[in-house]
Amino acid sequence: MEKKELIPHLFRTEYSKIVSVLCRRFGLDYIEIAEDIASETFLTAAQTWGLNGAPPNPVAWLYSVAKNKAKNHLQRNTVFETKVAAAIQNSYSYSDMSEIDLSPQNISDSQLQMMFAICDPSIPAEAQIGLSLRILCGFGIDEIAEAFLSNKETINKRLYRAKEKLRQEQKKIEFPGAAEINKRLENVLTTIYLLFSEGYYSVSQNQTLRQDLCFEAIRLCSILVENKSTDKPQVNALLSLMYFHASRFEARVNKNGDLVLYDDQDTNLWDDELINKGAHFLKRATTGNELSKYHLQAAIAYWNTQRADTTEKWESILQLYNSLLQIEYSPIAALNRTYALSKANGKLPAIIEAEKLNLSGNHFYFALLGELYTGIDDKKAILNFQQALSMAKTDTDKKLMRKKIEGML
Amino acid sequence: MDEYALIMRHEDGTKVASPEQMQIWMKQTMDWIGGIAAQNKFVSGTGLPFADAKVVGHNGIVTDGPFGEIKETIGGFITVKADSVEEAVEFAKGCPVLAGEGNTVEVRKIAKRDGVH
Repeated sequence: MEKKELIPHLFRTEYSKIVSVLCRRFGLDYIEIAEDIASETFLTAAQTWGLNGAPPNPVAWLYSVAKNKAKNHLQRNTVFETKVAAAIQNSYSYSDMSEIDLSPQNISDSQLQMMFAICDPSIPAEAQIGLSLRILCGFGIDEIAEAFLSNKETINKRLYRAKEKLRQEQKKIEFPGAAEINKRLENVLTTIYLLFSEGYYSVSQNQTLRQDLCFEAIRLCSILVENKSTDKPQVNALLSLMYFHASRFEARVNKNGDLVLYDDQDTNLWDDELINKGAHFLKRATTGNELSKYHLQAAIAYWNTQRADTTEKWESILQLYNSLLQIEYSPIAALNRTYALSKANGKLPAIIEAEKLNLSGNHFYFALLGELYTGIDDKKAILNFQQALSMAKTDTDKKLMRKKIEGML
Repeated sequence: MDEYALIMRHEDGTKVASPEQMQIWMKQTMDWIGGIAAQNKFVSGTGLPFADAKVVGHNGIVTDGPFGEIKETIGGFITVKADSVEEAVEFAKGCPVLAGEGNTVEVRKIAKRDGVH
């Protein structure tokens, strides 16, 4: 790896590990100190490696510098010694206070516990994603701001408030008990899927950044799957779902950066390796009796990776949406269900069902109606596409609608 | 918004359908429920299989199945959200059970736990 890429790469992979381990040691009250120590470690690395070249084992180097910095901090800071040190000594049986454990096992445990601490319903969803990106994925404030189409100040404020909330709520970094784990996991999975969706459906034009968000979500979910106590069917289902979606990255955007709709995608660009990974985790998800919303969505995503446009495919997708909507309604699922209905049962019954959806505030609703009326009543189709165009918020969506209208004139 | 139970009544529960016919009914029922769920109006529901059905009489006599003298039986029910009984009736009209002559769907408002009903 080139030297100039080495530090950003290590920052992504190691920053969050160092912060998690330190936080587990110090407590969430001192999350900013943990972040400072991790940041300083990288600053030292940049300075030293710039002059002397990278050490043979950069990761070990980072850990040892981080340990020393943490040790120095503990020694310097009297508050730490009197208050925190006492607290730590009570809750941990470490005799040597200053020893920071950066073993693979402790890193993995710390990251997992950090996930549970951050993905908590007491923190607003947006802030959960922001904190996850910062603390669990090592994203820079600039990158988070770009992903949210926001600015650094707003993001900094949001993260600050989220950390304050963590402090106020007296959240502990700990592993939830066996009885609680399913409920708490639900929150973690929600945040991971939001993180993925933020990348997949983001308004940001930066393709690399968007894909990074998606693969970070996959990485976090993989940590859960690799740990025995969180290796649950619904976790595997979510991982499978994300792999299936990710397989279409290359196909869903053209050379000009425009979105390409599913029907118009070059299926040769679908990534078979990712599809196979999706299938692997879908198989692992079917071990219990539980059928979560992630199972249904993963099964839908599986059918979407099937290239042949068969009745079986659309009938299966329709029935999966029928079940999904009974578990959890969402406008997008209702619209997708109606599209599947048109493919399985025909456009006329789908139009009747679409008219009942009561989603006239949603531009995708009119885009769907336009699609359904195409070939049945082209005038109505154009009117609906025009309505969708007037309501569309992003350039990408507007472009798509203009193309539809032009195609019909 | 109120909740209504849509109770599917079969005129003759002893009628035997072919597996193909059952397959079609099943799909129609799933599509019907999916359509209600797509309007965010579905609450819950269940089918009531005829197998293992018993009728318990007032004197403690237990008989097999709901079919004795009376052939009419309940095939299942779903609960929906609706602003009015008229809206609930519109949902009921789409029920595939009504394709069978003599079958009915009974629409009943669910009592609220508000001390009034």
